[in-house]
Amino acid sequence: MSEHKTTEMLQEEAAKLFAEIEAKKSAGTKLTPKDRTAIPVQEMPSQEPTVRAHNMSEVALGYTETQARVEAERCIQCGAAPCKKGCPVGVPIPEFIKHIQDGDFKGAVDTIKQTNLLPAICGRVCPQEKQCQSFCTVGKMLKTTEKAVAIGRLERFVADWERANDKITVPTPAAETGKKVAVIGSGPAGLTVAADIRRAGHSVTVFEAFQKTGGVMVYGIPEFRLPKAIVAKEVENLKKMGVEFKTSFLVGRTATLDQLLTEGGYDAAFIGTGAGLPKFMHIEGENLIGVFSANEYLTRSNLMKAYDREHAATPLYDAKKVAVFGGGNVAMDGARTALRLGAEKVYCVYRRTRAEMPARIEEVAHAFEEGVDFHFLENPTRFIGDEKGKLIGVELLTYELGEPDESGRRKPVAVPGTEHVLDIDAAVIALGNDSNPLMAQTTEGLNVTKWGNIIVDENQKTSIPRVWAGGDIVLGAATVILAMGEGRRAAASMNEYLAGK
Amino acid sequence: MHKILEKRQLSYDKERDQSVYYFKVEAPEIARNRKAGQFIIFQIDEDYGERIPLTIADANPEEGWIAIVFQTVGATTRSFSQKFNVGDNIPVLVGPLGKPTHIEKKDGLVVCVGGGIGIAPLHPIVEANHRIGNKVVTIIGARTKELLFFEDEMRKASDELIVVTDDGSYGRKAVVTAPLTEICEKEKVSEIVSIGPAIMMKFCVAAARPFNVPITTSLNTIMIDGTGMCGCCRVSVGGKTKFVCVDGPEFNGYEVDFDNMMQRMTAFKDKEREADHKCRIGLDAGKAGA
Repeated sequence: MSEHKTTEMLQEEAAKLFAEIEAKKSAGTKLTPKDRTAIPVQEMPSQEPTVRAHNMSEVALGYTETQARVEAERCIQCGAAPCKKGCPVGVPIPEFIKHIQDGDFKGAVDTIKQTNLLPAICGRVCPQEKQCQSFCTVGKMLKTTEKAVAIGRLERFVADWERANDKITVPTPAAETGKKVAVIGSGPAGLTVAADIRRAGHSVTVFEAFQKTGGVMVYGIPEFRLPKAIVAKEVENLKKMGVEFKTSFLVGRTATLDQLLTEGGYDAAFIGTGAGLPKFMHIEGENLIGVFSANEYLTRSNLMKAYDREHAATPLYDAKKVAVFGGGNVAMDGARTALRLGAEKVYCVYRRTRAEMPARIEEVAHAFEEGVDFHFLENPTRFIGDEKGKLIGVELLTYELGEPDESGRRKPVAVPGTEHVLDIDAAVIALGNDSNPLMAQTTEGLNVTKWGNIIVDENQKTSIPRVWAGGDIVLGAATVILAMGEGRRAAASMNEYLAGK
Repeated sequence: MHKILEKRQLSYDKERDQSVYYFKVEAPEIARNRKAGQFIIFQIDEDYGERIPLTIADANPEEGWIAIVFQTVGATTRSFSQKFNVGDNIPVLVGPLGKPTHIEKKDGLVVCVGGGIGIAPLHPIVEANHRIGNKVVTIIGARTKELLFFEDEMRKASDELIVVTDDGSYGRKAVVTAPLTEICEKEKVSEIVSIGPAIMMKFCVAAARPFNVPITTSLNTIMIDGTGMCGCCRVSVGGKTKFVCVDGPEFNGYEVDFDNMMQRMTAFKDKEREADHKCRIGLDAGKAGA
């Protein structure tokens, strides 16, 4: 682990580089691609690991203006722009980076917003190393994605700059059409659909079952990774555009989809209800006291604010030794939340190795830095409880990697006779979600897969007329940006339908 | 907005310093779609409040209200009962949640058994059975006379009402399983519905077993979202993990692992006691100041 650099140190390094770049430019010399690729990747300033592991504030602090200018100069404007193809919503990446090179941050953020309305969020939570940055020409030239242009950090920078400087321009919707659309769920898919449809002049009501809007961005992703104030700001902007939000309204129960489309007078509806029931392993002891789904563990802390022991009424389960099971972003969120809630020891048990982990590289690195103890190539066989039904340990089995499976990753194979016990007093299971059955149960004619995911066509249309769907309820557990991509596609199709109606 | 239209204290348990309250609340959307067996979740503070599930005790779709009945067992219910009055709004109220009770015409008797606070959620089920013409015998029970409520409402909706108390201070001195067993011995019972403390439901299941009568139990586990997302409310039913909020709240009593459910319900007991204690001090201080 390299030594932690403070924002001041990083700023100083960047300032030096920036002065060199400016000197060259003012001498009339153009930067060659070689000059540009020679500029080192600008490191993201962050809270010191030993400090941040005990607070809920955001870990990554964002680039300074100078760092952003320097990082932007790394883009060679290659022309082919393979990065764009790696983006599920097709952000004009070289174009927005060009604006940063010119010092026009507002121009940059407006360029992003042509296709992505939530850059402050995506800049923080997108798996850029698997998307835009994995295609980046600079990264290819330097033979590693790690040295690609830090597109996500730049996206975040301009979005934060816009918010901090009060420069947000709320799009003006087209003239009112008199058509009404119901959006079910206020997560990333729902908010994207709401924005695109409202822009076309239709009236939009977003229905949210929880007391707060934002879906997984509020109940799932922790404050230290995505501050809730940022999500609230995006919702506020939609309200300024005239989008109506109805919280504590569970479509399917408070009103059925059919009731909305008939008595409610809605012309069309979008279902973006998100991931549903947490997956369990169905092993012995899984219902012991102290065994939690990641959804419950994170919802208690995030949405219900249980980390704020002083004010919150929702209790936390006190645990000194916590094991998190899984290797995705949710597992990282769970492990890092456990540290912040006061666990002395946090394990992350994953049956493959670090190389196969589906989590964002940055989240894994952060977890390591903060002291999460990773147990790779291990998997639980049973949970062990005391006489009162409280969790006291987990039995693990050691694995090794065998031949690649259908996902292309090497399949973990159990090594017989390697059972061993890890003492823990809380377990957090982060192995993904099954789909929520509610919409299918309460909506006649809605076709779903055998896993309960809603079946849609290439335009996100469901089997029911006037109803579209997208996000995790279609994809299974995925990412914010993929949900947004589906939302954009659905909204385009819905707008087309409404225009022709 | 969910305005409180009526507030009544139904009972007071001196021994435990716990009360049962009845709140009639404006909730036109919930009232319209709600069916017997379903519940709501409420919060007394949108930012920091905990989410508490309560079965809907009554509703009127024409007038747009629902009724909830709750016992002051913790900090939230205690301050809800004391700080909220007629005319106040409940900040968060979502519902109706859960699957409705399956009500169908039966040949034989339907015996409805309610214990303690479980009498409230049992009421709409008794009514619904009565309405479609089932012969309903209702048994309600509590530790002592002061804790009984809804006697008149239940009598009205039942063909026969049996009241029992543990201490014999009212009705018959017995636990609910005594009359339940007697009825099963004498008559053709088509279904038993049992709602109350987990331990009571467990014993009702044991009482029903020799007669092989189907028994439905309504579970009141800890919940957070109540819409199938968090898995907090999970129980083992027939050896499989089920979610009370979306798969229930009612399950075949023979399949429910009540012992595990009772254990899981103690997960936060220490915390709850501590919070309740602080709440009482706070409320007393409030009273002293007023």
